Amino acid sequence: MMRPIRSLPARIWTFYYDGFRSMTVGKTLWAIILIKLFIFFVVIKMLFFPNLLQRDFDSDEERADHVRQELISR
Amino acid sequence: MDDLMTVVDWSRWQFALTAIYHWLFVPLTLGLSLIVAVMETIYLRTKSEKWLAATKFWMTLFGINFAIGVATGLILEFEFGTNWSNYSWFVGDIFGAPLAIEGLLAFFMEATFVAVMFFGWGKVSPRFHLASTWLTCIGASISALWILVANAWMQYPVGMEFDPAQMRNVMDNFWALFSGIAVNKFFHATLSGWALAGIFVIGVSSWMLLRNRNRDFAIRSIKVGGWIGLIGLLLTMYTGDGSAVEVSKHQPMKLAAMEGLYNGSHRQGIVGIGMINPDKKWNDDQEDMKWAIEIPGGLSYLARRDFNAFVPGVADIIEGRDFTADGQPVNTVSYAERIARGKMAHEALRSYDKARAANNPAAMDSAKAELKKNYEYFGYGYFDSVDEAIPPIAMTFYSFHIMVALGGYFLLLYVVVLFGVYYKQWFEKARWLQWIALISVPVMWVCSEAGWVVAEVGRQPWTVQDLLPTRAAISEISSASVITTFWMFAAVFTILLIAEVSIMTRQIGKGSKRNLEIDNAH
Repeated sequence: MMRPIRSLPARIWTFYYDGFRSMTVGKTLWAIILIKLFIFFVVIKMLFFPNLLQRDFDSDEERADHVRQELISR
Repeated sequence: MDDLMTVVDWSRWQFALTAIYHWLFVPLTLGLSLIVAVMETIYLRTKSEKWLAATKFWMTLFGINFAIGVATGLILEFEFGTNWSNYSWFVGDIFGAPLAIEGLLAFFMEATFVAVMFFGWGKVSPRFHLASTWLTCIGASISALWILVANAWMQYPVGMEFDPAQMRNVMDNFWALFSGIAVNKFFHATLSGWALAGIFVIGVSSWMLLRNRNRDFAIRSIKVGGWIGLIGLLLTMYTGDGSAVEVSKHQPMKLAAMEGLYNGSHRQGIVGIGMINPDKKWNDDQEDMKWAIEIPGGLSYLARRDFNAFVPGVADIIEGRDFTADGQPVNTVSYAERIARGKMAHEALRSYDKARAANNPAAMDSAKAELKKNYEYFGYGYFDSVDEAIPPIAMTFYSFHIMVALGGYFLLLYVVVLFGVYYKQWFEKARWLQWIALISVPVMWVCSEAGWVVAEVGRQPWTVQDLLPTRAAISEISSASVITTFWMFAAVFTILLIAEVSIMTRQIGKGSKRNLEIDNAH
C-alpha cells in the first residue's frame, strides 16, 4: 500500500510532534521553559515592567518632548 | 536627588544581577555547541559509535543549558523600557537595529536548527543533521555579535548624529558600529566561551575518571574539549590584549581604573599583584597602592605598544595631561573643561526647546549648531564635580586582576591536562589533578563574569560613554518598585539556577552510568 504524500507543513508538524513525544529529559526542560516564559512575560513584563514611553505617550513627538524635558531638568 | 540616586543604584544592581545571570549560560552555549559540532563531525568521518555516543552525551548537556538560559536576556530589554527609558529613547535605532537583527536571527536559527539537532536523529540525513549542529553553533555566535556590537557602541559611540528634534542619536554610518572596540569585544567574549566550555568538559570528564566510569569516553572528551578550550583561551588572551589598546585610546579612565593608576608615568609598570589604597583620592598625595609587584614598562607596552610610552592615570586624565613617548605634551581636554562644555551643550538644548516652542526655525538652527559643537561632552554637563566622573576604582582593579590571574591559571591547567592525556596516560592516574580540574569548573565562571565586571563597572558613570551618565539615563520611577523587582529577580534566578544545576548533575550522573562506547540512546 502506498503511503500518502504529505504536505511540507504536515511533515514539519509531525517532525516537531514526534520529537516532543519522544523526549525524556526534554519534557522537564520544556516544563521549565514554559513556566519561565509565563513568569517572564505574564508576571514580570505585564505587571512590573511596562515600556514607560510606549504606555504614557501617544506619539514619538510626545516621547521626544518628554525625554528632552527629562534631560534638560536632571 | 537622594531618591534619584537610590533608583540609579538599585537599577544598576538589578541590571548587573540580570546580566550576570544571563552570562552564566551564554558562554557555555557558545563553546559547548562548537565542541558538540566537532564531535559530530568526527563521528560522521569515522562512523564510530563511540563518537556518536559522545556527541549525544554533550549535546544533552548543551540542551539543558540552552533550555534554562533561553530568554533570560529578554529581561534586560524589559529593564531598558522601564528603568532606563531615557537611555532607550536616546540611543534610538543604533541600539534597536542590532537587537532586532539578533532577535530575528536567534529565533529563526535556533528554533529551526536546535530542533533538528535534538529531534532529527534518524529522521534527517546525517549530513543535514551535522549541518544543523554547525548552524546552531554559528547562529549562537552571530546572535552574540549583534549584542556585543550594541554594547561596544555604548563604550565608543560612533556612526551617528544627535537630532534634538527626535532627541535620539540617528545612525548615519552602520559600518562604523564595527569599531576596533566592537571587533575585539566580539572575539574576546565569544572565544572566552570556548575556553569556558573546554574547562566544563574537562571537569565533567575528570569526575567520571574519579568515579571510574567510561574512562575512554572521558579521555576522548578531554582531548576535544582541551584543544578547543586551549585555542579559545589563547585567542581570548590575544583579543584581550587588543581590547586593552582600544580601551587606552577611547576609554583611558577605564584603563586607569583597571590598574588603580592615579598618577601616570613614562615606562609605566603593570601590576602583577597588589592591593589598592582604599583611602586614596585622585587629588591627594597618598600612594595609589598599599603594596604591589609590578612588571616595569608593562602597562606602557600593553596600552601604547611602547615600553617608554606615557600612560595617564586618573589625575592626569582629569587634569588633561598626556605626553608622547619622547616627552612632548599632548593637548587633551580636562574634565573641568568637559563639564563646562557639557553645560553649554545643555544650555543649547534648552535654547532649542524654547525656540521650538516659539516656532522659530532660525533660533532652532542656531541652537542646534551650538549643541553640535559641544555634543561630544554632553554627558559631563550633568556633573557638578569631576569626582562624579570617576569609576569605582577598587572593583574595576580587582575584577581585572582576578580575570587576568585566573586566565593565566587556566592556561597552565589546559597545558598540564593536555600533556597528561597524551603523555603515558599520566592524567588518568593523577587523581589530584582530576580533582583540581573538577573544582576549576565554577572558578572558570568567576573568571568569565569578572571580565564583564571590568567592562561595565570600569566605564561608569556612563551608560553611553561621555554622552549619557546613569543619572540622566534613568526613568522617573520609585525606588520601592525597583527594590521589589530586584529581590523578585534574585528569587526567580536562584530557583532557575538550582533547577539547572540539579538537572545537569542528575543527567551527568545518569549518562555516565551508561556504556558511552556505543550509542545506546536510540
